[in-house]
Amino acid sequence: MMTQQDIRTHTIAVLVDNEAGVLARVIGLFSGRGYNIESLTVAEVDTAEHLSRITLVTSGTPMVIEQIKAQLGRLVPVRMVADLTVEGPAVSRELALLKVVGTGEKRVESLRIADIFRANVVDSTNESFVFEIVGKTDKLDAFIKLMEPLGLAEISRTGVAAIARGKDPLL
Amino acid sequence: MSEQLSGAEIILKALVDQGVDVIFGYPGGAVLPLYDALFKQNRIRHVLCRHEQGAVHMAEGYARSTGKVGVVLVTSGPGATNAVTGLTDALMDSVPVVCLTGQVPTFLIGNDAFQEADTTGITRQCTKHNYLVKDSDKLARTIHEAFLVAATGRPGPVVVDLPKDILMGKAPYIPASRVKHRSYKPQVKADIKAIEQAVELMGKAQRPVFYIGGGVVNSGPNACKLLTSFVRSTGFPITSTLMGLGAYPASDQQFLGMLGMHGTYEANMTMHDCDLMICIGARFDDRVTGRLDAFAPGSKKIHVDIDPSSINKNVAVDVPIVGDVAHVIEDMIRVWKAKQVRPAQKAIAAWWSTIDGWKARNCLAYKATDSTIKPQQAIQRLYALAKDRDTYITTEVGQHQMWAAQFYKFEEPNRWMTSGGLGTMGYGLPAALGVQVAHPDSLVVDISGEASFMMNMQEMGTAAQYRLPIKVMILNNQYMGMVRQWQELLHGSRYSESYSDALPDFVKLADSFGWLGLTVDSPADLDSAIQTMIDSDKPVLLDVHVDPSENCYPMIPSGAAHNHMLMGPEDGAGAGVSDHGMVLV
Repeated sequence: MMTQQDIRTHTIAVLVDNEAGVLARVIGLFSGRGYNIESLTVAEVDTAEHLSRITLVTSGTPMVIEQIKAQLGRLVPVRMVADLTVEGPAVSRELALLKVVGTGEKRVESLRIADIFRANVVDSTNESFVFEIVGKTDKLDAFIKLMEPLGLAEISRTGVAAIARGKDPLL
Repeated sequence: MSEQLSGAEIILKALVDQGVDVIFGYPGGAVLPLYDALFKQNRIRHVLCRHEQGAVHMAEGYARSTGKVGVVLVTSGPGATNAVTGLTDALMDSVPVVCLTGQVPTFLIGNDAFQEADTTGITRQCTKHNYLVKDSDKLARTIHEAFLVAATGRPGPVVVDLPKDILMGKAPYIPASRVKHRSYKPQVKADIKAIEQAVELMGKAQRPVFYIGGGVVNSGPNACKLLTSFVRSTGFPITSTLMGLGAYPASDQQFLGMLGMHGTYEANMTMHDCDLMICIGARFDDRVTGRLDAFAPGSKKIHVDIDPSSINKNVAVDVPIVGDVAHVIEDMIRVWKAKQVRPAQKAIAAWWSTIDGWKARNCLAYKATDSTIKPQQAIQRLYALAKDRDTYITTEVGQHQMWAAQFYKFEEPNRWMTSGGLGTMGYGLPAALGVQVAHPDSLVVDISGEASFMMNMQEMGTAAQYRLPIKVMILNNQYMGMVRQWQELLHGSRYSESYSDALPDFVKLADSFGWLGLTVDSPADLDSAIQTMIDSDKPVLLDVHVDPSENCYPMIPSGAAHNHMLMGPEDGAGAGVSDHGMVLV
């Protein structure tokens, strides 16, 4: 039998025809079949071809991951499914905006940590910053954790965008 | 500038282009322009159902008995929502259906307009694909695409939602030949290496079994012929799912009957003890596998399916083969011959003698009496009296369905229409009408139960209107029999709400619709009643009063393995059902 240890996180790229309802199909597939979605991003990447790219982060046993890919591939508007986690090395990035409210030493400390993480200040008032940070998911998680005691008031994250390393394009 | 047609005209032209000769439907405000266009032409026939669920089942019956796409036309809102059960049924059983739904005009979508429903939203999960046409220029292309998607790959239902202004707007027509799909390209030809590997395993197998399903039927009559000749050349035993019955001739010596929850003892034991399972066009459904961790424990598995998502879904297999059954078997036969494979004769002979031992249990035996008709007996007599005719059988869902699968012998594909995946009570009567529309001179019998019959009996009106002489043989035990059987086995015989109270007088009911109504309750009169039914040129309702306490055996109880079958009532209520099994459906 499968154990918890067999459950792994996979980043999956899906190229789809950008037509009405395509995102609902993907999300409906995940909720209808009880799969996890840890992160999902979508945007049109080729306006002339009306192609959108969905990047999904999901977790499951190898059998479930294979099933997820096959089910995605079965959707009519899906052009291609690629498992970036197993098909060679890939880079993945996420962007987050954090609103940190505070004054005095806490405010200075938040700025200092932001500097260490190479986060940018994109908005500032006398008692708040909005930081922009880009990186891998775990880097963002670490930054958020450090900001929590320093007046973290609000977070907005994009979810993961990912692409395979090397010269070969997906399609 | 090419000729401009109205949306409704474009749709009908596209349907004709697609070879459609009949559509099943029900009019309403949103589809009036389409009904007006239908009125002005005579290439396409329209069959008026009494409820939209019935229309979809009719289209399913039509599709499954012909191999063509069944077409449905319903209005917006309730027309579309009523079709949902039929669409889900077609999805679960991979039946090619195109369902055109009316919609409020594009400028009213989202306004909670009269008879508005979010049809594409509602049907997204119960169709293979769906479309909302918002631009007249895309109408012809969308209809053609819908047929392509419904009929190819793993077939299924496709909805095209048609706002009323699109039906009335003008646009040029685009012929089907000019429509190509950008992303949808199902794989029909399989990887030859996988086929070679499969053939190699078959050459070495000591205890092999073919396990086939509805995918063989869907692949077409040629696939069934190829399969039959290939299986015969191997000498291996073969069993079939409910959906695959008829793909391989039931009278053949290598055929073990249906497998699964109410399959034969020999089929299930063969599956359990096999060392090589060759699954073709079946999907390891829970009705078939029983307890997964005890499913054919010592076997290697080959799985042929056109749908990659069916492979390794429930059961991990050793040799996955993605492709169309006919193509795959053609290649298998070629490789088998080229490599001059000789099955392990001695081992196979020993395997057959083990199987013959299981067959000797005579698992379908029942005790006939002079006083009461046994439901199994009614089906056996129907088979005896109808088998030499050009006959099609549909069923409802429940005990009668399982008995029909056990006792009616199908020699050809497309002769057996039943709701397998979804288990839709009320399927059989409208499905029989769809079959009869496609085969006006054939004998079409719906083997029914009194409870299922009542779920779509409004379609009796459709039969009368179009003089469709279908026969409905009700095995009337005054219970929702399968519910009662489970209550008896699992819930201490507390028959909660499963008694069919306040039944109509079926003879009078038949009479009131212009049908012939018959009733029979004595075994001595059974043959003459069935004979009268099948000889009549009218639609007939035959109410067969059967033993109300008869249960369907053999049975793999929920959550049990193939080798733990209940053979009859003597095996005891609740026997072999674990706590885990109790939660299973």
